[in-house]
Amino acid sequence: MTTGKVKGIISNLVTVVVDGPVSQNEICYITIGQTRLMAEVIKVIGDNVYVQVFESTRGLKVGNTVEFTGHMLEVTLGPGLLSRNYDGLQNDLDKLTGVFLQRGEYNFPLDQEKLWKFEPIAKVGDKVEAAAWLGEVDENYQPHKIMVPFVFEGTYTVKSIVAAGEYTINQAIAVLTDAEGVDHEVTMVQKWPVKKPVLAYKSKPRPFKLLETGVRTIDTANPICEGGTGFIPGPFGTGKTVLQHAISKQAEADIVIIAACGERANEVVETFTEFPELEDPHTGRKLMERTIIIANTSNMPVASREASVYTSMAIAEYYRSMGLRVLLMADSTSRWAQALREMSNRLEELPGQDAFPMDLSAIIGAFYARAGYVYLNNGATGSVTFLGTVSPAGGNLKEPVTEGTKKVARCFYALEQARADRKRYPAVNPIDSYSKYIEYPEFEEYITNLIDGEWLGKVNDMKTYLQRGKEIQEQINILGDDGVPVDYHEEFWKAEVIDFVVLQQDAFDKIDAVCPMERQQYILNLVMDICKHDYDFVDFNDVSTYFKRVINLCKQMNYAEFKSEAFNQYQQQLNDLLAEKQIKA
Amino acid sequence: MAKAFQKIYTQITAITKATCSLKAEGVGNDELATVNGKLAQVVKIMGDDVTLQVFEGTEGIPTNAEVVFLGKAPSLKVSEQLAGRFFNAYGDPIDGGPAIEGQEVEIGGPSVNPVRRKQPSELIATGIAGIDLNNTLVSGQKIPFFADPDQPYNQVMANVALRAEADKIILGGMGLTNDDYLYFKNVFSNAGVLDRIVSFVNTTENPPVERLLIPDMALCAAEYFAVQKHEKVLVLLTDMTLYADALAIVSNRMDQIPSKDSMPGSLYSDLAKIYEKAVQFPEEAGGGSITIIAVTTLSGGDITHAIPDNTGYITEGQLYLRRDSDIGKVIVDPFRSLSRLKQLVAGKKTREDHPQVMNAAVRLYADAANAKTKQENGFDLTDYDERCLEFAKAYSTQILAIDVNINTTQMLDVSWTLFGKYFKPEEANIKQELVNKYWPK
Repeated sequence: MTTGKVKGIISNLVTVVVDGPVSQNEICYITIGQTRLMAEVIKVIGDNVYVQVFESTRGLKVGNTVEFTGHMLEVTLGPGLLSRNYDGLQNDLDKLTGVFLQRGEYNFPLDQEKLWKFEPIAKVGDKVEAAAWLGEVDENYQPHKIMVPFVFEGTYTVKSIVAAGEYTINQAIAVLTDAEGVDHEVTMVQKWPVKKPVLAYKSKPRPFKLLETGVRTIDTANPICEGGTGFIPGPFGTGKTVLQHAISKQAEADIVIIAACGERANEVVETFTEFPELEDPHTGRKLMERTIIIANTSNMPVASREASVYTSMAIAEYYRSMGLRVLLMADSTSRWAQALREMSNRLEELPGQDAFPMDLSAIIGAFYARAGYVYLNNGATGSVTFLGTVSPAGGNLKEPVTEGTKKVARCFYALEQARADRKRYPAVNPIDSYSKYIEYPEFEEYITNLIDGEWLGKVNDMKTYLQRGKEIQEQINILGDDGVPVDYHEEFWKAEVIDFVVLQQDAFDKIDAVCPMERQQYILNLVMDICKHDYDFVDFNDVSTYFKRVINLCKQMNYAEFKSEAFNQYQQQLNDLLAEKQIKA
Repeated sequence: MAKAFQKIYTQITAITKATCSLKAEGVGNDELATVNGKLAQVVKIMGDDVTLQVFEGTEGIPTNAEVVFLGKAPSLKVSEQLAGRFFNAYGDPIDGGPAIEGQEVEIGGPSVNPVRRKQPSELIATGIAGIDLNNTLVSGQKIPFFADPDQPYNQVMANVALRAEADKIILGGMGLTNDDYLYFKNVFSNAGVLDRIVSFVNTTENPPVERLLIPDMALCAAEYFAVQKHEKVLVLLTDMTLYADALAIVSNRMDQIPSKDSMPGSLYSDLAKIYEKAVQFPEEAGGGSITIIAVTTLSGGDITHAIPDNTGYITEGQLYLRRDSDIGKVIVDPFRSLSRLKQLVAGKKTREDHPQVMNAAVRLYADAANAKTKQENGFDLTDYDERCLEFAKAYSTQILAIDVNINTTQMLDVSWTLFGKYFKPEEANIKQELVNKYWPK
């Protein structure tokens, strides 16, 4: 293997003089005293290799030795990933000793002792290729497929496969013969370079299946699909994290991967604390059982922050290849972009806008492209849905990360300061936000089968009311309450009803926090029925007083258990109230 | 300065305003050195070319200055003796007292493993309703005051510190005016709490680059008390804007490409390394905590500037002060202030109605702001508008003003009284069961 010696140090960028061949993105270890620091090659000029160190370089000296490994940054894939808390380099945080993270402490991410109950799927003589299912183990009640390693190229024949029984991840479970007749032993564990997309599937159609999140402003107004992509930009304090947590708790996914990328440690601690206690609303099992957390918080080394999003994506693709629905959330992709900026800066590259690297938007695009709904080679389907948050500097959406993301993500959930200031949560602006999936005929067909043919029409009507309400509000601000006809007030308040009842949702209320599709359908029908009617009002004071009562009753319904006695009582009160003023058609 | 057998270099090859370079061997990254007795730190090594950042500035440094490498990164001696003492940015006493004896610890040490943290859940009561009711603080939290330079942030911070019942209060003063430094000293000694205070102070009279050491010094001391002594530590950092300015000066002099607002591209990570030292340890690790209350001064209230902007993304909320012209007092602004951890204690460690009362009051206060705009534009006010305005005035005086000092239950009772006085239950939009229980009869 190639070795080298440290020649220069600026912060975590180290120059190494090497004695042999190295490749771009190769991993190496720098020896300092008793520890070894992991680093990645990011630039080569002649014998001088520039590496970014994933740790603090304090005390590093010229002449320290460097060993190259011959491979890129890899993720270790196998049963036992679920429920774990990793750092950006896939070290198991729970296995690290001590209160503080000591540099140079790395560990193996999986349990090597545990026996897994293996059931073979493939038979001797089967022709298989990369990602083909050889067998299955039960991982937290999920069928975890043991696959032909993704790095295997071409077609192989199953020479032997072990019988059903208990095995550790390192025991050979099959022998595969390649086209040249060479035998390869396969275990339950494999490695994959994180920066390469896993392409071992048949095709990637456009996403069309609704991914239910239980958040009304998403599912009803701007739905995201299984295998879809979306992003949530917002200034600080507008509820990005609360919204992301809500989605990760409630979304109808088999596997949820949370990449806490350069954000607050206490937010990850919240997940650590809550997820083992909370139940998955769809299966009733503990949320942690389906969750993997990749925590690279803002005080952890910058270079491994960059690695963390790739580590998360590679794990997501691994589970997708098993035919599972994976939801990957990254908070925040801006911190990842900033990590790229810090390195680009130290490399003295010519900067693009706001000192970000010139290829930022290409890097973001390539990353989002790894999400998707796929048909696997065996006909099964799987998906990686990706939702990233963006933290735009100064809340200004005209900055490189937001713009680069907007080009590639299909859903846009714009968090708005003004809504947050008025405590209208989730502070997603319903007019600026969009979901491109609504326009897909595939999605329309799917939603027609799931709900009915009129659903998208109603959603569209709802948005028209909101738009109209906003216009009227501006007119009232200019002309005054009595400067516009009473009808205008009525229309404005209809938009307020939609806002308060459909769009706003209390993430901290036990009942209102999760709103299943059936209930969302009920609410939208209820509210649209209120909006479609004309009312009999004397003056504008009459309008606001009346609709405030309507909103109050609808909100009490949102807080009550669906179709419970209390719920039905509020519905009855609401019906009586509506009958008071509605003009019969 | 030099000890026996220590190698002395005397050939400086380059000098800039903040750095000097020389040829040297066997030097470690981040290592300290002295240049003619001035403290400096290694910031760049390329072959045998070593660049040093001189904290006091390079004024008067000759090309034949004596350079001695100290073989260690900046460090602080920690022990119980720190309590009650005042230090400069290097951790040397400035109060005339003796040097500290204790274990020498490198400052800017490693981060806490996130799985070894505990979710913060202990309320910090300040008696200020604008904080306790609307923006409850929790131990292990990090939160700044975003304030204009003319606002009384240091006074409010000193008040919060004294009422917070911390075992130790650690003051990190960066670019503090001498007057403010003496103010803190006075307040703490008058309150008879000097033995609980440790101060690291860089005043406007000291060189700006020295400030870069202050937060790490303060937090190194904080970690000693929280980790080894299992104490509840409160760290006050004022003013972080001046810290960031010092970062910009250094990066500028090292020819780094500036990003937004001339700040270094690493500003977010640099600030995060400091603020993320805030932590609550679990019982198994002694149960100590570090809470950080900082000040970030704004220029003309602009929070989109890179310093407050990056800070806002790191800290768990922010507090704004504002002069309310209707009541003539300084209040904690309910719209823009936010404590992100409040839901961990509101309604759990406080009375059940806390979250809903807090939200309803702020919503009604927002309606009052709308009514005020209407009034200023010369439109007629509705009866509801009038009531909102009345409510807002009472709410400002009895709840938001920073001179209020009552407990949380009293704050909730006052709020319900005000609701009952000015509104009908359906206007408050509160859960019916709470209305039934608390609405004034």
